[in-house]
Amino acid sequence: MTSTIEAPRSPYTRSTKKSGVNWEKWGWIYMRVSGVVLVVLIFGHLFVNLMIGEGVSALNFAFVAGKLTNPFWMVWDVIMLWLALIHGGNGMRTLVNDYATSRISRGILKVAILVSVVSLIVLGTLVVFTFDPCPAGAPADLVASFCKSL
Amino acid sequence: MPQTAGTLDSQQKTTSRRPAGTLYRGNTGMWSWVLHRITGVAIFFFLLVHILDTALVRVSPEAYNAVIAQYQTPIMGLGEVALVGAIVFHAFNGLRIILIDFWNAKYQRVLFYVVIGLWVVTMLGFVPRHLINVFSH
Repeated sequence: MTSTIEAPRSPYTRSTKKSGVNWEKWGWIYMRVSGVVLVVLIFGHLFVNLMIGEGVSALNFAFVAGKLTNPFWMVWDVIMLWLALIHGGNGMRTLVNDYATSRISRGILKVAILVSVVSLIVLGTLVVFTFDPCPAGAPADLVASFCKSL
Repeated sequence: MPQTAGTLDSQQKTTSRRPAGTLYRGNTGMWSWVLHRITGVAIFFFLLVHILDTALVRVSPEAYNAVIAQYQTPIMGLGEVALVGAIVFHAFNGLRIILIDFWNAKYQRVLFYVVIGLWVVTMLGFVPRHLINVFSH
């Protein structure tokens, strides 16, 4: 008996429309392009936060304030945020398509993934761009040293 | 009559009782795929938590420092070793997948051992330094 295995990442054929964007193909390309960029961004993130100096022991509000007042790290973190959440959300969507057996559970899980990804992208982006490194009334020993000169 | 690997024709290969071991079925191809999925899911759920904990910098320095102090405990320090191990595997195996797709699939097995080798080297560089940072404070 012979059987034909469909080419992976083929578009769904439930609709018969002739033309249109092959979103599965673009998702496939996105995973590879974003993946390469994320290797650089996340390895850099881990190196600066966990390897330099005293690593995880040095992390606190003042450390984050030093990074999030630097445009370089703001751009780095926002690009990493968007690329990683969409990469992870699309990966989770693939697993749901593979393992969730009923149409309704697939729908619920994919809506949950979409809501999580969109809300965390909005939250993270707002945090980076509205961050106040020297909040009024904060104890001087908890904020960065540059707050004294304000 | 004993058969040598070189004399098996394609018919004998496909009717063999042992799985043929195609790109994603059996052996290194399958296990790298399984590990890629497991590490991917683990990293995704950590990412959700990590964005929420970092968002506490917008609440107050005290709130952020209280949560980040949990990341500095010995147990979480070991958790960070697992997290970085998962990320490094997912990163290197992801690059391996790209090479399989765009370069040449016949090197997938040797590339898997390259991934394992690079993972070991990276973890040898990270783990001792990280554990000193965690346990000396």
